[in-house]
Amino acid sequence: MAPPTFQVQDLSVVYETDSGPVPAARRISLSVDRGETLGLVGESGSGKTTLALAAINYLPANGRVKQGASRLNGLDLLRLPKREMPRMWGSRIGLVSQDPRSAMNPTLTIGRQLDEMGCRHLGLGRREARDLALAMLGKMGMSDPPSVVGRYPHQLSGGMLQLCAIAMALLTHPEVVILDEPTTSLDVTTQATVLDVLTELKTELQTAALYITHNLGVIARVADRVAVMYAGEMLETAGVKALFARPLHPYTLNLLRCVPHLGAGARAERPKDGKASGITRAAAAEADASGIPSARLASIPGSLPPWDDLPRGCIFAPRCPLVMDFCRVSRPPLVEVEPLRWSTCLRWQVLLSDEGRAQAVSVETRAGVPPLVEDTRSRGPLADGGLQPSQEAVSVPVLEVKDATKAFGPARSRAHVKAVDGASLSVPQARTFGLVGESGSGKTTLARVIAGLELPSSGRIFLAGESLKPSVGARGPHMLRRLQMVFQSPDGSFNPRMTVGRALMRPLMIMNRLDRKNARERALELLEAVRVPASHFDRYPSELSGGEKQRVAIARAFAGDPDVVLCDEPISSLDVSVQSSVINLLADLQEEAGTAYLFISHDLAVVEHLSHRVGVMYLGKLMEIGEVAKVLAPPYHPYTEALLSAVPVPDPTAASKPVRLHVSVSSSLGIPSGCRFHPRCPRYLGDICRLQAPPWRLSDGRVIPALAPTSAAGPDRPAEAAHSISCHIPLEELVRLQGAG
Amino acid sequence: MRGFIARRLAFVVLTALLSSMVVFAATNVLPGDVATMILGREASEQAKDELRSQLGLDKPLVVQYGHWLGNMAKGDWGDSLSTGQDVRSVALQRLRNSAMLALVAFLMYVPLGIFLGVVAAWRRDSPLDQVISTGSLAFIGLPEFVTGVLLIALFSRALGWLPASSAIDPGSGFFTAFPSLILPALTVSLTSLAYVVRMTRASTADVLQTDYVRTARLKGLSTPSILFRHVLRNSLLPTVTVVAAGVGWLMGGLIVTESVFNYPGLGRLVLFAIQRRDLPLIQATTILIVVIFVLANLVADIVYALLNPRIRYR
Amino acid sequence: MALAATSVFILFLFAALFGPLVAPYDHTAQDAAQRLQGPSPAHLMGTDNFGRDVFSRVLVGTQGVFYLGGAGTFLAAVLGTALGLIAGYAGRLWDEAIMRVLDVLLAFPALLLAMVLLSTVGPSDINLILVITILYIPMFARIARSMVLDLRTREFVEAARLRGESRRYILFGEMLPNAVAPLLVEASIRFAYSIFLVASLGFLGLGVAPPSPDWGRQVNDARTFFDVAPWMLLFPAAAISALVISTSLMADGLRRVFDPSVEGRRR
Repeated sequence: MAPPTFQVQDLSVVYETDSGPVPAARRISLSVDRGETLGLVGESGSGKTTLALAAINYLPANGRVKQGASRLNGLDLLRLPKREMPRMWGSRIGLVSQDPRSAMNPTLTIGRQLDEMGCRHLGLGRREARDLALAMLGKMGMSDPPSVVGRYPHQLSGGMLQLCAIAMALLTHPEVVILDEPTTSLDVTTQATVLDVLTELKTELQTAALYITHNLGVIARVADRVAVMYAGEMLETAGVKALFARPLHPYTLNLLRCVPHLGAGARAERPKDGKASGITRAAAAEADASGIPSARLASIPGSLPPWDDLPRGCIFAPRCPLVMDFCRVSRPPLVEVEPLRWSTCLRWQVLLSDEGRAQAVSVETRAGVPPLVEDTRSRGPLADGGLQPSQEAVSVPVLEVKDATKAFGPARSRAHVKAVDGASLSVPQARTFGLVGESGSGKTTLARVIAGLELPSSGRIFLAGESLKPSVGARGPHMLRRLQMVFQSPDGSFNPRMTVGRALMRPLMIMNRLDRKNARERALELLEAVRVPASHFDRYPSELSGGEKQRVAIARAFAGDPDVVLCDEPISSLDVSVQSSVINLLADLQEEAGTAYLFISHDLAVVEHLSHRVGVMYLGKLMEIGEVAKVLAPPYHPYTEALLSAVPVPDPTAASKPVRLHVSVSSSLGIPSGCRFHPRCPRYLGDICRLQAPPWRLSDGRVIPALAPTSAAGPDRPAEAAHSISCHIPLEELVRLQGAG
Repeated sequence: MRGFIARRLAFVVLTALLSSMVVFAATNVLPGDVATMILGREASEQAKDELRSQLGLDKPLVVQYGHWLGNMAKGDWGDSLSTGQDVRSVALQRLRNSAMLALVAFLMYVPLGIFLGVVAAWRRDSPLDQVISTGSLAFIGLPEFVTGVLLIALFSRALGWLPASSAIDPGSGFFTAFPSLILPALTVSLTSLAYVVRMTRASTADVLQTDYVRTARLKGLSTPSILFRHVLRNSLLPTVTVVAAGVGWLMGGLIVTESVFNYPGLGRLVLFAIQRRDLPLIQATTILIVVIFVLANLVADIVYALLNPRIRYR
Repeated sequence: MALAATSVFILFLFAALFGPLVAPYDHTAQDAAQRLQGPSPAHLMGTDNFGRDVFSRVLVGTQGVFYLGGAGTFLAAVLGTALGLIAGYAGRLWDEAIMRVLDVLLAFPALLLAMVLLSTVGPSDINLILVITILYIPMFARIARSMVLDLRTREFVEAARLRGESRRYILFGEMLPNAVAPLLVEASIRFAYSIFLVASLGFLGLGVAPPSPDWGRQVNDARTFFDVAPWMLLFPAAAISALVISTSLMADGLRRVFDPSVEGRRR
C-alpha cells in the first residue's frame, strides 16, 4: 500500500519563551490521503495551528521541532534544509489562513498576488500566469474574475477575499493544503458559500486537506475524518460520522454537548414550570441519557493544565468526569480501540452505553450556589416567589423600543448611513429577546442606543413603561441600575489597572449607594453567585481567564439588580466549552432574578437556545420578528431562510440545505433601495423589491404597509405579534416555496 | 483623494496663518522701541513719532498685522533694520544656500538610513541589529554642535582633508561650494540618520510580523520578492512621513550647524536676526522656515496617499 | 544596555544634587596662573582660559540641566496631559480648538521657536523653563488625547458610563492610570531632548546668563582654544552626550518594559 500523501509521525514542538520552554504539541501522528480532508478540531491552546505549521517546517524563530517526522509523499520535510523549503511551499504545500484581510498584501492588487504563484512555481510569464489566475477564479464560481483581479484587498468583501486566497493556495494544485480556520472571520451565509466552493474544488483537484477549526459544525460539513486535539495532544481520531455519532473520548463527547444544536427546540417550548430548578435539572439529566437535547448544556469544568506542570497521567484527567485512579498513573497512548477508531481514553468502553455517556457529560448544576437575589427585596410580581412571570407582568413589557433609528454621518451625504432604521421590539419580564444578524446588521448599534451609549436619531425607549432619556449621562442612578450591559470582549470589559473587587464594588457604591464595607460584602456574594472564587477579588483582570472575566462582567451587570440586561455577543470570543457555562449561567440568573435579556448574537443556535422571542436584522432593519419557534419554522423571511440553511450543524448526516447567498464582491456598504435584502435575495420578485419598502405581514393575516408607523398603538404592532415578516411575498406563498418543514 | 488633498491644503493655509500671528505677536512684544532703534537715541521725539506713524506703529495691532501680512503676501518683506538690505533678496539667497546643504545632507542620510533600518529589521536581534539600533540611539543624542566640532577636529585639524570653516561667498554655485558642504552636511545628517534608521527599522519589523508576509513566505517566494515586493512596499510608506517630519528637525539642526561652520544659510541668518533683534528679518526668516516645514509635510502626505492604495482608491 | 544607561543617568542625577558640594573648586574661581592646564590630578579635566577648573564647572553645570530640563518637561507633561484629556473627552469643538493651536506650535522647528520666544522674553531660568514647557505641551497632549480616544470606546469605560460615573472620575480614575506608562516614556524622551535643546541654546548664546556654567556655552567658548586646550571642549561635550544618550537609552528601556509590542515612535 502506498504511503499516505501527507503523514505526520510522533511530532513534538517546543517554544522557547522567557518563562521557560512550552511544549505546545506533543507526540502527534496523523495522516491525510489524496482527496481526503482531515478535520483538526480543538479549542484555543490545543496546539492545532502550531502542529500544522511545524508539520510544514514553518515555525517562528523560538519554535523548535523536538522530534518526529512530517512526510509529503515520502519526503521528510523536517529533514530538508531551510533554503529548500520555498520550493515546497506554494508549489506542493498550500496554506489558507484565518483572516484574509491581514493575509493579503494591502498594497498589491489581487491579480499580482495570484500571478506570483504561476510565475514562481509553474515558470509562467506574467500573461500566462494571469490567464491561469482568471481561470482559477472562474472555476470558483466568480461571475466576473477580471473585475476582481484589478482590485486591491481593501476593495473586496471578506468573503470574496477569502475565495481569492483559496484560489491562490490551490492555483499550483499542491499535494496538501492546510486550511487554518478559513471561514472563522466570515459571516455565516458567506461561510456556507465558501465551504461549498472549497468542497467542490477539493474533490476536483484531489488535494489532501488538513482543515483546522474550533467549529464542530464546520467540521461536520467538510471533514472525512476528524482528529481531536487538547492541550497539545491528540485525544481521539475517527471517521467524521462515527465520531459525531459515538465519540469515544469524554472530551469529545463533552465538546459536542457544549454547543446547542439548531432546531433542538426553543426555550419557550420547554417546560419552565419547575418550582425548584432541581426538577428541571433532573429532567435535563434524564433527557441527556435518552439522547433528547437537554435544556442545559454540558460544560467542562476547570481549565487547561499549565505548560510547566502537565499531569503525569491522562492529559484530560484533571477535568474528566470519568477519571479513575489508574488514569493518573501514566500518559495513555492513542490506540486503535475499534477498527479505524483511535482514542487515548482508558475507559472508552464506558461511552458505549447511554448510561455511561450520561455519566461522562459534566453538567454544572446550580446546587450549593447561593441565589443571586437577596431575600429581603421585593420585586413586584416576583415577590411571592413564583418563577414564572404572571400574565400581568408579561403584558407590560419591561423593555420597549419604538422606531429606534440611528444614523451616522452628515445627512444627505454619501457617508450618511442608517445603521439602525426604525427598529421596534419589546421584551417582557424574565424573558429573552434574541437579536440575530450578521456583521453590519446594526444589532450592536441598537443595543448601544438602548443603553444610551449612542444617541438615537429618532425613536423612543421605555423601561417598564417609563420613557428613558436618550443619553446615559441624563438617566440618573435609579434608571441606570435597572438597565445594564454585558459586552462582547471580556478583555475590554475591565480596566486593566483595577482589581476585580473594585470593578464590582464601584457599581454597588455608585448605583446602590452602599458604603465600602457593604459593597465589599455584596461584591463577594456576587462573585460566588457567578462561581468565581473569592480569591480572585484582589486580582487584576489579566490574571483571570476569558470565561472568568465574562462571569465577573455578568456579576457586575447584575450588581444593581437590573430589570434588563443587554448582552452584546457575550460568548462569541469564548471557547465552546466555556461558552456553554456562560450560557447556563445567564439562564440560571434569569430564573433566579426574573431579569429580561436582550441577547445579541450571530449564532442562531445559541439564540434559539436562550431566547423566547427573536428578531432577525439585516443592514439596520428588522426583517422578521416573533416567537422563537415561529421564526425558526416556515414561513421564513427569505433572509432568515438563507441564514438557517447556512448554519453548519454539528451533525455530518444532516443534509446540506440548498439556499445560498452569493458573496458580494465589493467591501463598500451601500444601503440598497426598496427592500434592503433585494440584491442578495434568492426569492427576488422583481421591481417591487427594488423600489418599494416591504410591508409587515403578521401571522394572523394582517398586512401593515411599510409607511405606517410601526409604533402605532394597539396589538397589531409587529413588535408584539406572535410572528411578523417584512417581505413583499405573501406568507402563504412563502410557506408554499419553503415547504412545511 | 481630491477631498483629502483639499483638506490637507486647507490645514496648511490655516497653520501658516496662525503661525504668522504667533510670529507677529512674539516680535511685537519685543522690548525696545523700533523708532529708537532705527533713528538712534539722540533723535527727537517728534522725529520718532513721525517715523512711527510712517511705519504704522501708532495703529492698533490688528491693523498692523493686516498691513504686515498684506505686504508679506505681496513680496514686500521690508528692509533689514541692521543692514538696510532688502530682506526678501537676502532671505531667498540664504534659503538657496541652506537648500544646497540640506540636499547634500538628504542624499547622505535618507538612503543610508533606510538601508541600515531595513538591514537591522531583517536581521532582527542579531549582533548587527544591536549595533545599528544602539548606535542610532546614541547618535540621536549627540547635539550638532558637538558632532560638528568633533568632525572639524578630525577632518580638518587632524587630517586636513576638508575646510574647517564653510564661510563661502553667499552667492557661490553648488560645485564651488561643494567641498565646504560636506562637513556641515555630515554633521546635520547624523541625528537625522539615526532617526530614519530607527523609524525604518520599526516599521519594517512590524511589517515582517504581518500575516501577509507570512503568506508571501508560505507561497514559496524568493527572498528578493518577499523583501522588495511585499515588505518594503509597505514598510517604507511610513518612512515618507518620517522623512518629512525630519525636515523640521533638519531646520533646527541647520541653525546650529551653520553657526558652527559659519555657513551663510537661512539658519545663521535667523540667528543673526535674533541676536540683532532685527524685526523684519526675524519675521521673514521664521515664516519662511515654517512654510517650508509645513509644505514638506503636505508633500509627504500627498506622496503617502499616492503610494497607499487604501487612500488612493477609497 | 538600559541598565548601564540607567546607572549613568543616576550618576548624573547625583552630580546634579550634590555637585556643588563635592566640586573640588569654586566653579567661578579664576586663577591666572593656572590658565589652560591639561588634565592632572589637581584638575581632573584641566582648566579653561580663565584658569577655572573644568571638572567643577561640568559638575555644577549638571544642576542647571536637570533643573531647567526637568522642570520644563514636568510642567509640559502636566499641562499637556490635561489639555489632551480635555481635547479627547470634552467634545469636538474643544478638540478642534486645542489641537489646531497645538498643531501651530508643532509647525515650528523646536529650536527656532525656542529662539524666537527667548529673544522676546529674554533668557532667564524661568523663561527657559516656560519655553521648554510650551514646546513640549503638544507632544504630551497628543499622547493623552490619543489614549482617551482609544480608551473611550473601550467597554470598561462604557461600563463606567453605564453605572453613572462622573466625567471627572472616568477621565482621572479610569483613563489616566492607563495612560501613565506611555506618558512616562514620553517624559523621559522629552527630558533627553530638553538637555539637547538647553545645550544648543547655550551654544548659540541664547541660554542662561554667563556666570553660570552652562555646558553648551562652555563648548562654544572652548572652540577658540581647541587647538591648545582640547579638554576644555571635550569634557563638557562628553557630559552632554553621555547624559542625553543615557537618558534616551533609559527611555527606550522603559518603553520596552511598558509596551513590548511597539518598536519605535516619533521623537
